Amino acid sequence: MGVAGALRWESTLLRARETMTMTGCTRRLPLIAALLCIALAMPARAEEAYDPWPGLVQDIFSNRPMNDGSNVIGIEMPYRAEDAAIVPVTLRSKLSPADSRRIRSITLVIDRNPAPMAAKFELGPDANVTEISTRVRVNNYTDVHAVAELSDGQLYVSKVYVKASGGCSAPAGKNVEEARNRLGQMRYRQFAREDGPASRVREAQIMIGHPNNSGLQMDQVTQLYIPAFFINQLKLTQDDSPVLSMEGGISISEDPNLRFTYVSNGAKRFRAEAKDTDGHVFRNEWDVEKPGT
Amino acid sequence: MSRIALVIAALSLGAATLARAGAAELPVSEVAPGIFVHSGTIALMSRENEGDIANVGFIVGDDAVAVIDTGGSFREGEALLAAVKARTTKPIRYVINTHGHPDHVFGNAAFAADGTSFVGHGKLPQALAARGPFYLDNFRRIMGGELIDPVKIVPPTLLVTDTLTLDLGSRRLTLRAWPAGHSDNDLTVLDETSKTLFAGDLVFLRHIPVMDGSIRGWLATLKELETIPALRVVPGHGPVSEWPAALVDERRYLSTLLSDVRTLNKKGETIRTAADKAAADEQPHWQLFDDYNARNATAAFSEIEWE
Ligand SMILES: [Zn+2]
Repeated sequence: MGVAGALRWESTLLRARETMTMTGCTRRLPLIAALLCIALAMPARAEEAYDPWPGLVQDIFSNRPMNDGSNVIGIEMPYRAEDAAIVPVTLRSKLSPADSRRIRSITLVIDRNPAPMAAKFELGPDANVTEISTRVRVNNYTDVHAVAELSDGQLYVSKVYVKASGGCSAPAGKNVEEARNRLGQMRYRQFAREDGPASRVREAQIMIGHPNNSGLQMDQVTQLYIPAFFINQLKLTQDDSPVLSMEGGISISEDPNLRFTYVSNGAKRFRAEAKDTDGHVFRNEWDVEKPGT
Repeated sequence: MSRIALVIAALSLGAATLARAGAAELPVSEVAPGIFVHSGTIALMSRENEGDIANVGFIVGDDAVAVIDTGGSFREGEALLAAVKARTTKPIRYVINTHGHPDHVFGNAAFAADGTSFVGHGKLPQALAARGPFYLDNFRRIMGGELIDPVKIVPPTLLVTDTLTLDLGSRRLTLRAWPAGHSDNDLTVLDETSKTLFAGDLVFLRHIPVMDGSIRGWLATLKELETIPALRVVPGHGPVSEWPAALVDERRYLSTLLSDVRTLNKKGETIRTAADKAAADEQPHWQLFDDYNARNATAAFSEIEWE
């Protein structure tokens, strides 16, 4: 499904939310208002009870059957989104090494975001990626789903619930000028692990400087929407062998950041290629460090 | 007119009348001659406190008045307006926003009038455009429609990119726009007559500092800020205090946070670990620590990763 598909139902949701605004009016005009509020509060309660997930399963996964993923894919997020613009999320494979199936892809869905499909990760067939951490924007109280497609062709789903942040936190950028200055910069980092020097397991991080604008922000002066501008594709390889790729949306935080584990094939170079919605292509590559360094 | 439309019309008429009658004066104290300050409670914005959590105030010159920040709801803005009118008949020529956070700008619409200019940092319009709709949506959920529906996002038309002097009549105010610190649109106001500095949220006391701009920028700004020859500061949150002694706790907190996230990042720890551990020792010193420290650490860590 495209981002547009996901946006269609959300605009319905936003309209429903507008009707909530009268629910606080009972304190002032007890009689007429109370009657009116009851009438207007109904759709609000209906909206809260309304679960967007079935519609998303239809839009994003063409209504394919969803199996319980509790033994397949783990999803970890803080219970409360501390900073609406930067909410860490970790996806973890729960398949045992003996399992003959492997995870082909993981789709991350933030149900009540303006663009619910945050990202789809494709896992390289030989890279044995078992853990992916990134950061997302969270606009609202929401379920977040991780859907893994295994090599048996089946979908497995896990979910967490995240409370929206309070206070003056917003899912927008903090330092717009700095974000613009970083556009296209890439960083690679390899982390030391405790598996021992003989292990081929690696843990690495890729950061890409990019404002990842949502395009849902209206300019108050011109009343025009600021155009969306975000990284929509990222490919990571060791030499030329795929490790991980991401199809991203606007729910990924500013300066997209991926930290992941994989198994080295002995390659000397780690490569990254990112594309954004304006057609920029950012490429870089780095020497892979020896483990334990 | 349909029956429902009539009911709505009756309702809005009634509400408007009540609102006007109910615009109580916001309590203010005169901290120096002509300088009036209302101290917000140290809390998150809620239905109960009507968004009244930030310090707001006004300065009266020989010819005109400048209002500095307008509070966290239209109703608080109205109450501040009532407080101004109770003390002077001089016109409000300027409404200055120290930055774009909802507790400082949600009362703006109460001051919209001919002859009143809204003043802010050059980056404030952009910040309000990006965040305004989300803030309205989020705080409607938290505070309810009755308080939030009348709130309009009013961007400044008089922009400050470096410094600007406003004259209220024998009273000059020096406005200064800062690089990203607490937010990316922080503005301070110095009353040259009484040497009172309205620092906005560049200065917090008792209320844990909230970092929504740049931690390195904020610490760099503090070095310059403290050289401003003021006698007292009106912080964004916390009591009016002596200057620059008021900066001690905040500087210690921000420095600790910065050095902790740097150390954690160097060790290869994750952003979630940073949220749990950074500046944890500061907990006893601050109100609302659990509401904001993890968030500050998250934001600081993601900034420091790019060093
Ligand atoms: Zn603030």
